[in-house]
Amino acid sequence: MELATALIYVAAGLMLGFGALGAGIGIGVLGGHFLDGAARQPELVPMLRTQFFIVMGLTDAMPVISIAMGLFLMFAKV
Amino acid sequence: MASSETLTSAEYIKHHLTNLTFGRLHDGTLGFAHNSEEAAKMGFWAINVDTLFFSLLLGGIFLYLFHKVAKAATAGVPSGAQNFAESLVGFVQDNVRSTACERNPMVAPLALTVFVWVFLMNLMDLLPVDLVPWVGGLLGIHFLKIVPTTDPNATFGMSLMVFGLIIYYSLKVKGVGGFLGELTLQPFGKFGMPANLLLEGINLLAKPVSLALRLFGNLYAGEMIFILIALMYGGGLVLGATASALQFVWALFHVLIITLQAFIFMVLTIVYLDMAHQEHH
Repeated sequence: MELATALIYVAAGLMLGFGALGAGIGIGVLGGHFLDGAARQPELVPMLRTQFFIVMGLTDAMPVISIAMGLFLMFAKV
Repeated sequence: MASSETLTSAEYIKHHLTNLTFGRLHDGTLGFAHNSEEAAKMGFWAINVDTLFFSLLLGGIFLYLFHKVAKAATAGVPSGAQNFAESLVGFVQDNVRSTACERNPMVAPLALTVFVWVFLMNLMDLLPVDLVPWVGGLLGIHFLKIVPTTDPNATFGMSLMVFGLIIYYSLKVKGVGGFLGELTLQPFGKFGMPANLLLEGINLLAKPVSLALRLFGNLYAGEMIFILIALMYGGGLVLGATASALQFVWALFHVLIITLQAFIFMVLTIVYLDMAHQEHH
């Protein structure tokens, strides 16, 4: 395998990996705090769930972009 | 695709990610690009016909349905369609209420349009990836991308409109001085003006970029995964059956994503316009 092709695979792997890492940490922290809040005040759960999904969508966006670009590099560019 | 046996997987993916582009060909005539290199050479004035067609079609469907419901609206017991439209309008109104732009009559209809339109455009993602391009292939159309929101042109078009509205209402509500003051006088006071301008300028410019890229990235990734799963159909009976199951699971998950992204686009539009209406200290 040529070095350039191999480097594309490494780059795609890094993009996928760091994307997953970022999303994992972000949504983990978010979900933990959501459960904290739900345990403290269960009557707020419907409101918290809406906010949780909004912020999850915001957190999810950047990793997902990196994952899309990584998949594109890995399968379509090579 | 009739000739899909001869395609490699990279070509298959690229074919699915190429827009039907109309513009000036290298020999100077107007026409459709026959491959992505030709499309790239068309430069700035190339038009993605499929994006325009499907987004306008879906926008038209939305306007027609809601117009029909509004015409036939009764004060009595509402029918199914009116119930649906009323619950959507109420849902958007709940989000606009209690913001500073509540009294602006333009914001709530804009938010409703953004929500339903983006949702409908995202919904095209749930159609099987090969179905509509196959029909298009029968009609002699080589490239067809049916999800307008997987084209950055569409998402940037919408986010730049929102950006224009942010600037317009900032200038209208706060005046030119107020808007410039907001850009230059905080957070470090008047002696840190260059740093303030840098920070606030980035803050302002990041709004349309992140708004557009968020929607585009999510839908592009979703479409990419649908295409990658569809590649497995070529791998025999067992892989094909697995692919069907995977398509179904990913489609179920994607229902959440497309609704969420449409909702987030709407909420952020409201929030940005709200910030544009707010007088700062």
